[in-house]
Amino acid sequence: MGLVLLVVIWLITLISTYFFVAKTWWLPAGASAAAAGIDHHFTVTFILMGAVFVAAQLALGFLVWKYRSDGSSSKAEYSHGNTNLEVIWTVLTAVLFVGMNLMSSSIWASERFRQAEASAVHVEVTAMQFAWYFRYPGPDGKFGLTKPELEDASAGGEAALGLDSKDPASKDDVVSGVMVVPVNREIEVILRAHDVIHSFFIPAMRFKQDAVPGLAIHMHFTPIQTGEYEIACAELCGLGHYKMHGILKVVSQEEFDQWLAAREAEKL
Amino acid sequence: MVGGTGGGETITMSMHESAVQAAHAHAAPQGFIRKWIFSLDHKVIGLQYFFLALAAVFVGMFLSLLMRIHLIWPGAVLPFFGEIKPETYLSLLTMHGTIMVFFVLTTAPQGGFGNYFLPIQIGAPDMAFPVLNMLSFWTTFLGFIVLLAAFFVAGGAPLHGWTGYAPLSALQSAGPGEGLGADLWITSIAIFCIGALMGALNFITTTLDMRAKGMTMMRMPLTVWAWFITAILGLLAFGVLLSAGILLLMDRNLGTSFFVPLVTVNGQLTGHKGGSPLLWQHLFWFFGHPEVYIAILPAMGLCSQLLSVFSRKPIFGYKAMVYAMLSIGFLGFMVWGHHMFMSGMSPYTAFAFSIMTMGIGVPSAIKTFNWLGTIWRGRIRFHSPMLFAIGFVSLFVTGGISGPFLAQPVLDIYLHETYFVIAHFHLIMGVASIFGIFAATYYWFPKMFGRMMNETLGKLHFWLTFIGAYAIFMPMHYYGMSAGLRRYSQSTEVAYILKLLPLQRFITFAAFITIASQFLFLFNLFWSMAKGKKASDNPWEATTLEWITATPPPHDNFGGQTPVVHNGPYEYSVPGAPRDYVMQTDPEIEPAH
Amino acid sequence: MASFSTTATVDAPRISLGDGEILPPVLSGGGDDRSGSEKPDYPTRLRRARLGLVVALTPIFMLFVSFTSAYIVRQGLPTLDPQTNLLVKDWIPVKLPTLLLVNTFVLLLSSLGIELARRQFRGQAVLASARTAPEVSSGEQNKMPWLAMTLGLGLLFLFGQWTAWRQLAASGFYVSSTPSSSFVYLLTGTHAVHLMGGILALFVASIAALFRKAMATRSIVIDVTAWYWHFMAALWIYILCLLEFAR
Repeated sequence: MGLVLLVVIWLITLISTYFFVAKTWWLPAGASAAAAGIDHHFTVTFILMGAVFVAAQLALGFLVWKYRSDGSSSKAEYSHGNTNLEVIWTVLTAVLFVGMNLMSSSIWASERFRQAEASAVHVEVTAMQFAWYFRYPGPDGKFGLTKPELEDASAGGEAALGLDSKDPASKDDVVSGVMVVPVNREIEVILRAHDVIHSFFIPAMRFKQDAVPGLAIHMHFTPIQTGEYEIACAELCGLGHYKMHGILKVVSQEEFDQWLAAREAEKL
Repeated sequence: MVGGTGGGETITMSMHESAVQAAHAHAAPQGFIRKWIFSLDHKVIGLQYFFLALAAVFVGMFLSLLMRIHLIWPGAVLPFFGEIKPETYLSLLTMHGTIMVFFVLTTAPQGGFGNYFLPIQIGAPDMAFPVLNMLSFWTTFLGFIVLLAAFFVAGGAPLHGWTGYAPLSALQSAGPGEGLGADLWITSIAIFCIGALMGALNFITTTLDMRAKGMTMMRMPLTVWAWFITAILGLLAFGVLLSAGILLLMDRNLGTSFFVPLVTVNGQLTGHKGGSPLLWQHLFWFFGHPEVYIAILPAMGLCSQLLSVFSRKPIFGYKAMVYAMLSIGFLGFMVWGHHMFMSGMSPYTAFAFSIMTMGIGVPSAIKTFNWLGTIWRGRIRFHSPMLFAIGFVSLFVTGGISGPFLAQPVLDIYLHETYFVIAHFHLIMGVASIFGIFAATYYWFPKMFGRMMNETLGKLHFWLTFIGAYAIFMPMHYYGMSAGLRRYSQSTEVAYILKLLPLQRFITFAAFITIASQFLFLFNLFWSMAKGKKASDNPWEATTLEWITATPPPHDNFGGQTPVVHNGPYEYSVPGAPRDYVMQTDPEIEPAH
Repeated sequence: MASFSTTATVDAPRISLGDGEILPPVLSGGGDDRSGSEKPDYPTRLRRARLGLVVALTPIFMLFVSFTSAYIVRQGLPTLDPQTNLLVKDWIPVKLPTLLLVNTFVLLLSSLGIELARRQFRGQAVLASARTAPEVSSGEQNKMPWLAMTLGLGLLFLFGQWTAWRQLAASGFYVSSTPSSSFVYLLTGTHAVHLMGGILALFVASIAALFRKAMATRSIVIDVTAWYWHFMAALWIYILCLLEFAR
């Protein structure tokens, strides 16, 4: 029985480790400035925790095989423990865990402690059951007021957001169902929600943030690769949660300017 | 006169009065109702909790079976249920989580085995407050009935997940099932809180006040320590959950706005304003994090016990094990924010919570080292309880290793709300903790029912469940690494998630086999009660007090006598002793180490 | 693999939960009263009951800690005003009815009453232990109806709270009117529900004499209820101060 346990535990360990090392199912390629640092820290964590995983499981399998009873009446070793060992592995574990976390803290600080730069591109992202809307402030740089009583989700666009046409700042606001941003610029998103908590998740950008009703949450990321990326809702928001997705299009600065200008022109 | 023991009150009882009361205390109940339904005997109450959890786990497993089927065959039309709509999937998911967390993992290890064995293991004739004990069971039972009722009301069961985040859970219009079904869900949890608090009261008072002579705190088995610390966690945490539930019921039904800001649902204003969805999360997770330690600590205590018994070796580092459990309990109240890294909470607060969370990994690691240290140089006997204890260690390691990923906010940005999280908590709670329940059943069955469970079936159950559980939950890590999101009723709408469907198929088929294997356990359980081989008083040759009583124990546990304890609970392979185990009541061994 | 004996040499059928017909292995007898099979003596029962009460008060304490933290958070919480897209604070303090001060006085008086009752019953339990018929109270003891007075004052307090609620409603503060009014109803209501539990315990203790319960048992019930009652009074003072001063 001890041998069977060893074989099964070792096989499970080695097979599952293989799929991690081979990256058979893995993160998509990172496309934001923060991705490299985050992915590097993923790797560090994988190696450290992977080593602990493999060591612990292999040790468990080995020990249950090696110390199987041989049927004789001989006794086991009578030991209540070893205080020195306890101290050593406690300190080592604490250093490993806390150290690993501190290593990642600079990335967290740069992503979250710092505000967006003044030159960032501002996009307001509004979540509602079950769609994402993206608003650009237009040449005046200001977002117009929205009023809940003006909301009409079925009409889409400005009406879905409840944009108040009486506010002069809203005249040049562009509302889109697709998020278009220029590459290599910092994008500041202002996250809002109309009804329940949603979450704005772009796997390729390593970006996630809950959109909470009653709050306007400012976050930022910098896409460094053009392309189309999927946006998925990452907080249970009701029966349509599984289909509340969107598209992020990262394009060159010229394409972005042209797209925005064309959308502004449509409003006139 | 029978003298009292002083203190401020020098009250003594007359011989007459004490004799009258002694007669009442000794008499076992007569009649079916007093003996089996409204019993005051902690052993019967423990069995009642056990069977409640058994019923609950099969309901919970069935719900997960329906979920797994829907995930890979979304359009399937099932017999009797018809097609599972997305909202139905979400309500299955909600009820699965709630039933498993509350009525299985917080019921069987503590209410079931804790009730049965804590008094016996400390040498007491019953719990401190038997009437309260009985009421705590029936309250919990009522909670279960109220929860199940949510399936049958208009709108059905709620769809907001076991975590019940507001405003989704606070607005009747936010989705199907969020009407009466959600109110019943909250009410059932509130009832459960009250039952759990009553139970915690008994556990703590009994452990502190009713230990037999010689049973010092540091001679208590680690199972008792685990039940004791779990009860303290429950005492402090369930009141907060109850408060959150009251506030939520008020938001839903009285128009208050504790959790709901100004929102529109389907274009309609709801009349709420100014509330904070994050407040719900803080209150819920202040309870929710200690809750997961409530779910795992009894299994940890039992694992320590079983590794020692079946390796014929003292537990490695008893004191360290006690301090580790105390640390886990204490730190468990300081880490709740790690469920909220992405919630809009301040990133500085997130950083503080993440450091504390890494800290709580340390005592868990110490326990794992000590379990390995217990096996090392032992003489292992591979009976079913031991297999499940070994399986527990393996699963606890695997489930625990994914913790440090999630505890780092930088990585949690990506992993939050993916299947990586589901893999983490299922391996620890849904499998390791369940292995604790299985191990407890195989181990204590002889004492409870006087018969042995079938070893062959037990071993088969172990292998199928151990391999099956890994087959189900290991792939979920890969699914999560690929950004596969949880609580998605189907994967058809997002292209990158659809590509991951083969993983879901593998998981579903592994689930079919693993769920089917549990019927082996169910059969073994009931068949052995009637037809199992008769058990002696101490079939495992273990040292703790339950093994000196009759099998099954008499009404007052020790037949009118009080055990006197001279030894610690893990004196195996003592050099010079006649056998390889020394009972706690045997004459004191000379301290050797 | 080691095999060990599981030979269950069962001579007589084992009875599960009946009176012990089986003799368990010889145990060292004696030991202190802490967990003996006989009903423990009065000091032990009193200590155990009081310990149970301290444990029971902990979750009640946590419940109100939780409500307090929600109160403080909500007070300071700004909310997004869609008219201006700015964060504004919307906390409007509630003017508490003066009746609450009267109710407070009533409750404190009842606390005094139950403390007198507690000491009265303890004295009677001492006297009862010296006699052979403990259920019958002797003629010499203090006959003041402290228990009944407490019961009456407790009910008066609850009635006063109810009246205060109606006064609040009359001035336009319903449970859902403002965040602050929600908390007033929440805190006073939850306190009242817990006090009702204490009143129920008092009522049961009062009529326990009719069921010939032993004086020792009744004394313990009153003792524990008295401490619970004092806790409820202290809690009420806390709630009043929170609502009045932390506005």
